[in-house]
Amino acid sequence: MERVTVEDRAPDNPDALVSPGIFPFGSGVSFGDRIFALLVKSAAFISSLLLLGILAALLAGAWPAIKEFGLAFLWSVEWDPVGQRYGGLAMIYGTVSTSLIALFLAVPLSFGIAFFLTELAPRWLKVPLGTAVELLAAIPSIVYGMWGLLIFGPFLARYAQQPLQALFGETAFLGTFFSGPPVGIGILSAGIILAVMITPFIASVMRDVFEITPPMLKESAYGLGATRWEVMRNVVLPYTKPGVIGGVMLGLGRALGETMAVTFVIGNMNQLKNLSLFQPANSITSALANEFAEAASGLHQASLFYLGLILFGITFVVLASSKLMLMKLKR
Amino acid sequence: MLDDKKLKIYAGRRRRNALALCLSLAAMGIGVFWLMWILWDVVRLGAGGLSLAVFTEMTPPPMSANGGLANAIMGSASMVLLAILAAAPVGILVGVYLCEYGRRGSFPVIVRFLNDILLSAPSIVIGLFIYALLVKPFKGFSGWAGAAALALIVIPIVVRTTENMLQLVPDSLREAAYALGAPKWKVVLMVSLRAARAGVLTGGLLALARISGETAPLLLTALSNLFWNSNMSEPMASLPVTIFRFAMSPFPSWQRLAWAGIFLLMIAVLLLNVLARTFMRHKS
Amino acid sequence: MRNGRLSTMKNIFVRQSVALQEKVKITVGNLNFYYDNFHALKDISLTIPERRVTAFIGPSGCGKSTLLRAFNRMYALYPNQRAEGRIVMDGEDLLSSKIDPSLLRAKIGMVFQKPTPFPMSVYDNIAFGIRLFEKPSRVDMDERVENALRRAALWDEVKDKLYKSGSSLSGGQQQRLCIARAVAVQPEVLLMDEPCSALDPISTAKIEELIHSLKQNYTVVIVTHNMQQAARCSDYTAYMYLGELIEVGATERIFVQPARRETEDYITGRFG
Repeated sequence: MERVTVEDRAPDNPDALVSPGIFPFGSGVSFGDRIFALLVKSAAFISSLLLLGILAALLAGAWPAIKEFGLAFLWSVEWDPVGQRYGGLAMIYGTVSTSLIALFLAVPLSFGIAFFLTELAPRWLKVPLGTAVELLAAIPSIVYGMWGLLIFGPFLARYAQQPLQALFGETAFLGTFFSGPPVGIGILSAGIILAVMITPFIASVMRDVFEITPPMLKESAYGLGATRWEVMRNVVLPYTKPGVIGGVMLGLGRALGETMAVTFVIGNMNQLKNLSLFQPANSITSALANEFAEAASGLHQASLFYLGLILFGITFVVLASSKLMLMKLKR
Repeated sequence: MLDDKKLKIYAGRRRRNALALCLSLAAMGIGVFWLMWILWDVVRLGAGGLSLAVFTEMTPPPMSANGGLANAIMGSASMVLLAILAAAPVGILVGVYLCEYGRRGSFPVIVRFLNDILLSAPSIVIGLFIYALLVKPFKGFSGWAGAAALALIVIPIVVRTTENMLQLVPDSLREAAYALGAPKWKVVLMVSLRAARAGVLTGGLLALARISGETAPLLLTALSNLFWNSNMSEPMASLPVTIFRFAMSPFPSWQRLAWAGIFLLMIAVLLLNVLARTFMRHKS
Repeated sequence: MRNGRLSTMKNIFVRQSVALQEKVKITVGNLNFYYDNFHALKDISLTIPERRVTAFIGPSGCGKSTLLRAFNRMYALYPNQRAEGRIVMDGEDLLSSKIDPSLLRAKIGMVFQKPTPFPMSVYDNIAFGIRLFEKPSRVDMDERVENALRRAALWDEVKDKLYKSGSSLSGGQQQRLCIARAVAVQPEVLLMDEPCSALDPISTAKIEELIHSLKQNYTVVIVTHNMQQAARCSDYTAYMYLGELIEVGATERIFVQPARRETEDYITGRFG
């Protein structure tokens, strides 16, 4: 073999040194690797098609109703399976109002709980309470719904609705908000049950984002003499703002799309004439749960699909913005 | 020392702080109170209605004194298991794609985004989708359709946990395997996934817990059935849908069974969650 | 070799090495500190002189940061940490539960290992601390903010971006912002926990210069693992090892004629 001096001898023709055949499987990527890559990529592709598929199926199912009623469906109240006239406003109102009541009640409550869990709870309470909150977020919504119908509804009627009716029943304007049969069913019940359901969820998201605040940042606020509340209000909350908003939106998404917790207690009546908090009403999800299986195919079913499409649209916007918020926090 | 003016301002701040702490404590108290209330009722009314008949007898006609939930439990179990077995592998593959193959480019970002939306999409909308896909074309509600709807709920959960767990596997471990000359698919299957298997299994358990309680999509796909049915092409009873129908009915005997059912469901879901947690803690 | 190095050190400190009479600001007496059951500080006693810079040095884990965090009771935020003993300042026992930690911390400011700008503008970062105890008018507040920033030698660099986010500044500027923030509350003591450990050499030099000028008005206690830094900017140095205070004294004396063998080993780089 030719001997060379390492220091000063560069090969005259490097190409000549290349001798093919040392690595016999010269295909670059092995066969197994290609198959596996194809497998995972197609799985990813299919999963990304699911959401599009849902949109397409909803559009196709709703098409007869879209053709018949157009956008007027959104602000028409009439829902008449006999006369084949359909409008979704009553359900849209039910969905939005119950979710807003739920959010209104759940956000301060969850914030208080998350504040307690991150800053106040003594060590021996922190882990068990935190775990309890997470477990409660996992309880199926049907549990909340059924409890709301059989226990909380009658309770609310007896201790809130009847006293309020007795107090304001004769008052011209206020009275209308408390009218309705005294069974504790309607928009308010549904909102409260939804709030109970989403509170553990929002609280655990908030706690998680509060806990990513660097301890040193909090310490430097304490180091200036700030109180616990001031540290939360001026340092932790601004630092985690996108995450908190994202978590709240995620909770809103849950409330909007929730079926069972609402269907049990909202009363399932398509009406908008009476805006009383105690009057039976309907939401998109409860209308779907109650009417879909019985609906004859045709315009009735298409209108229900239309409602589903609207729900999907609303939740998509809410969830997408919450996701963007949470991504902003992670940077 | 600090002068009086400063101390006065500080006294106001301390009052605000005390108020905030009290409100926070109250929030925690309200939360605990409500949940205790719910749990207490479920246990009180549910455990009371529990008997052997609940597990052995069929769902009864209204007004009859006895009867159980056997066909509903059986239907739930078969649809839930089928859904997990079908969907978990798909979810794991997507998770593998996101963590091991999708480290750059925009497609993985889109997949991740759509998956996260699907993760919290209303389950009833998934029911509508499966209705349009499997119920309407085949002219009938079926156990298959129910399982398919549940499977669609499982996929995003498993994707998310798989990706998160794979991300915890240090790159040095992968590099060590590559350095031995292992091809990528072997590295992924035998090193990355194996290192993350506790987490992936946890994801599966959490998905199981989640779909065990799902009601809405089943209403639009599997519907319900008062009888014993092992034919997946027929409408199929499930525990949540049966609970829904029985609880909404005016018959006390049905409501009693609904409470027993809700107790079983809650215990099952909580147990699965606790199991997933301890499993995760044990392994990590 | 060792002697050679020592004699160079001697040359650095040809300053006067007379034992000065100092006014005592803080006295630490028999301080013990525990993390759960771990005994982190063992019977520490020392005095911190007023308007001087005192440095705590020692290998990592020796308890120097723990000692520093006892002065403003920062440890009290964590339920598993507790201190026993006394830390007396101006006749008050700082560890006594009678002293409100917020008021205590208004008098004893702190700067951390890493810059910790709050998620708000440069201006509000400074104003935040001032507003905790005072309600100055807009004009006064502007003046206070400007003064604090000037004290921290940062004004000229940030006067055009007062309303930009504090985290938009460079690392060294952020750290000086944190010093300005601490100074704006008008504390008497300034605790610095390795304030330069995350900074580049140029920023470090600026901070050290700043420490030097701060001692005209403040009692400064600084933790550092950088011996040169201790030598450059402190008047007194305490050497700690494994939770014990090995030796404390005037900086030049500690570096030139350490009384204890352990100190000498550490300073000459035999270990640590």
